[in-house]
Amino acid sequence: MFSFQPDRSEYPQPGLDGKLEIDLETGKYLKLWHGPNHPGITGNMSVELTVCGDEVVEGKTHVGYLHRGFEKLMERRTFIQVFPIVCRVCVPEPDFNEYCYAAAVEELAGIEVPELATWMRTLILEMGRFNSYMMFLGGIGGALGLGITGQWMTYVRDLMLDRFEELTGARIYHMFILPGGVRGHLPEGFAARMEEVLQTAETYLADVDKVMFANSVFQLRTKGIGVIEPALFEPYGVTGPNARAGGVAKDVRKDSPYLVYDQLDFEVATGMDSDIFTRAKVRRADIQTSIDLIRQILKKMPKDGPVMAKLPNVLHWKIPRGETYIKGECSRGEYGYYLVTDGSGYPRRINVRGPSYTHAMALLEHLIPGTNISDVAALMVSLHTYPPEIER
Amino acid sequence: MSLREVLTPFSVWKRVLDAPVSIADPFSREASEHYRGFHKNDMETCIGCGTCEAICQNGAIDMVPVEGQNTEKGDSGLRPMIDYGRCCWCALCVDICMTGSLTMSNEYTWVDSDPDAFRFIPGLNEPWKDKQAGYKRENGRVLSGTTRSPMGELHANERIDNFNEICVGYTREEAILEADRCVECGLCVATCPAHMSIPDYIAAVRDQDYDRGLQLLYETNPFSEVCGRICTHKCETSCAAVHEGDAIAIRWLKRHIVDNVPLERRVELIGAPKPATGKSVAIIGAGPGGLTAAYDLAREGVKVTVYEALPKPGGMMRYGIPEYRLPYDALDRDIAVIEAMGVTIKCATVVGVDVQMEDLRQSHDAVILAIGLQMGRGTRIPGSEGAGVERAVDLLRRITAGDPTVPVPETAVVIGGGNVAFDIARSMARLQKIKYGRVGLTLTALEDRAHFLADKEELVEGDEEGVLILDSRGPQEVMRDPSGQVTGLRTWAVTSIFDAEGRFAPAYDESDEQIHQGALVIEAIGQMADTSLLGDALTEKLEWNRGRIKIDSEMRTSEPWLFAAGDAVKGPDVINAVADGHRAARTVMEAIAQGEVVQ
Repeated sequence: MFSFQPDRSEYPQPGLDGKLEIDLETGKYLKLWHGPNHPGITGNMSVELTVCGDEVVEGKTHVGYLHRGFEKLMERRTFIQVFPIVCRVCVPEPDFNEYCYAAAVEELAGIEVPELATWMRTLILEMGRFNSYMMFLGGIGGALGLGITGQWMTYVRDLMLDRFEELTGARIYHMFILPGGVRGHLPEGFAARMEEVLQTAETYLADVDKVMFANSVFQLRTKGIGVIEPALFEPYGVTGPNARAGGVAKDVRKDSPYLVYDQLDFEVATGMDSDIFTRAKVRRADIQTSIDLIRQILKKMPKDGPVMAKLPNVLHWKIPRGETYIKGECSRGEYGYYLVTDGSGYPRRINVRGPSYTHAMALLEHLIPGTNISDVAALMVSLHTYPPEIER
Repeated sequence: MSLREVLTPFSVWKRVLDAPVSIADPFSREASEHYRGFHKNDMETCIGCGTCEAICQNGAIDMVPVEGQNTEKGDSGLRPMIDYGRCCWCALCVDICMTGSLTMSNEYTWVDSDPDAFRFIPGLNEPWKDKQAGYKRENGRVLSGTTRSPMGELHANERIDNFNEICVGYTREEAILEADRCVECGLCVATCPAHMSIPDYIAAVRDQDYDRGLQLLYETNPFSEVCGRICTHKCETSCAAVHEGDAIAIRWLKRHIVDNVPLERRVELIGAPKPATGKSVAIIGAGPGGLTAAYDLAREGVKVTVYEALPKPGGMMRYGIPEYRLPYDALDRDIAVIEAMGVTIKCATVVGVDVQMEDLRQSHDAVILAIGLQMGRGTRIPGSEGAGVERAVDLLRRITAGDPTVPVPETAVVIGGGNVAFDIARSMARLQKIKYGRVGLTLTALEDRAHFLADKEELVEGDEEGVLILDSRGPQEVMRDPSGQVTGLRTWAVTSIFDAEGRFAPAYDESDEQIHQGALVIEAIGQMADTSLLGDALTEKLEWNRGRIKIDSEMRTSEPWLFAAGDAVKGPDVINAVADGHRAARTVMEAIAQGEVVQ
């Protein structure tokens, strides 16, 4: 129906080496700051755009607005004192930090977690994934001027936060997955209330399908745009839905199952086009997987049992020398904690592998040149970036 | 792009009819049952141990004095003050709380124009003080251990026919596990009469640094080997862990340290005393009080001579406490360290007979009296005078000395429910077992089982060893046959021990009478000091307080050259005597330095 091809004859041509000679003095270029407060990114991060007309010729990512030095702070805290900090590494999906940290500590300290606790952890992680995707759907809608998805998804996310609140005692920073297990059992009637939330979510998601995925405007503005060539996956460390949208069925839950994922029945959603639309579509399918998984977990998990292992006295807990890397599949891809202990009461080094780091800093710079300025926000969101995890 | 894709989005207009989902009034929204909201603290349950402060990674908690909360045994008197400018509501403070006093409500809105209001002491008058809902620790106190490492013991069958030590001591693994439970609150330090640096030496056990541990022990107690075995361990009653679980085995950990440092190494670690000052002090009595003072003074370069009436030093530690609780070689090692500091102990030297008080006064800069309570008290019930009735302390002394004339009849009755009563009962039970192959011993006490003055383990072990323990029995008469031979003890049931004013006035139920068979009755109802060594003139000159030599808080008697310490003036146990010894030594040093000691 529509066909729009801009006239690019006036635009600068790359040199023989393929690189642009950008000379701001010529008046052909404009520097534009995209962010640091921009709905295109959940959190603070900016992209320094160089535009020529409405085409972006260069984009440099700038982070540091949220730097709190968590990895360093952790080295100055005892193993138990790190526990309240880790969730803050990633605000919208904090539970992965709690799980990865707890699992790393448990591995190095030789603590076996009770079975019920592993089920509870899986439940929490899937609830967190669901919420993270709610933010994504709201974000991608918002980036393209579709405010209603943001409002709906915030509501649905809020309903899930209610469940988090009754289960963990907090809405955002749950601080529930303690090294050794989890802090409590499911409240009475939790499964029924969760089912209500899931059903409400499904009705809203059905409407999102109509208003967004089946929307011609959305399709036009997302299909074929922001394509990540599968060849880039390896060198740029692309994981999660970003890679799955390019036909690579990578999912830590399947590839190296942790917690109870090997006892759950689910398929990994993939797409082929590797553009903004496909990435959103893969995530939409992932939401359904999460909903199914939450239902499965609540059905299959043991009804009773201990949820905490016996811990040594945490006030002077020393962990023998060792190092480990614990990974899991978060909503953005492979999330990991590298923990080194030296036999003292403090972690020697903790390094967080947040997928946003590779996706939003390096990959985005590669994807931006050649896009239209109005597509940058959608492109940023489509990589699903949480700046706090870039700046641990 | 199809027409369908243009029109479909409009189908969601139906949502226009939905009711709004926003909460109009967030202040009235009740948080969930387990919400981690504002803190509450039960002021009466809180012991001010400060573990909440220790675990808080934000430094949001300060322990502060609070009006109405006093420092007392097992309670620092401090209470947590929380800074909500720093708190992150992780609730680790609630999880680690040793008493469960610190909890959280599910309140989460608080508006105030004064920023300082948000640094507050929970438990005083916050509006959510009595709110029931809020975060509770579901798994109990999991962040520090609640169960004590059990101490290995000889089985009753293995120990009843000998005087071998019952407790075998912790292995390294057991000790580390036990030491791990300590939260280092230090409430025990305040309770210990000698104020031993308990959390620090427990940390040394955790770190497996026994050298450091031993040095810490000797800073406050030269009788760590003794106290590691038989201390009354009042510290453990004020341990923070006792509120939800077992107290830390402080006594056993102390023993574990000394067990792991050989004698020669101990002397090396303590180091040489200060250079000689030319001053000299005489100490009468080589018990824990006298020898502690001797150790301290010798460390300060004072020449110390200890005069001991009995053939070997140690006082009640040797001649009162049976070998199965405190082996003599353990005591000897503690004394050897003290002697290594240059202390001279003159045994079998009776002051008042072999040497006179006046001579001591003349030849030394000061004299410390640490004579203990060597004379047993009698019940003065009918029949208690004459052969067949013995005092516990006398018998214990004779058993230690290896006296072959110690009477060991097939059946015997002990009167008393304190540690001394159990010491003689269990010693006599052993002697009976060795001689007759069976135990025939009855112990009668005024108190009921729950209120025995003896340590709990004495009752347990006494039971195991076959001692018949009868509680709430008041002695009325020592029964004798026509020839005067003791045949047993007649007792009445006790209905109360103290009168309405709290005075000792036992009341009996005469209808409940029993006669306990026994050819020997042993009285173990208390001791008193034998002060005849002072001589008439000095006895006359000194000030007295209800039969005891009067001392001030710094162990001075009314005579400037004479100081007193230990059971004879204060009591009631080894660790108190050690504390007295330190205090007496310090006072003597100050007095000597200031030239106060006037001859």
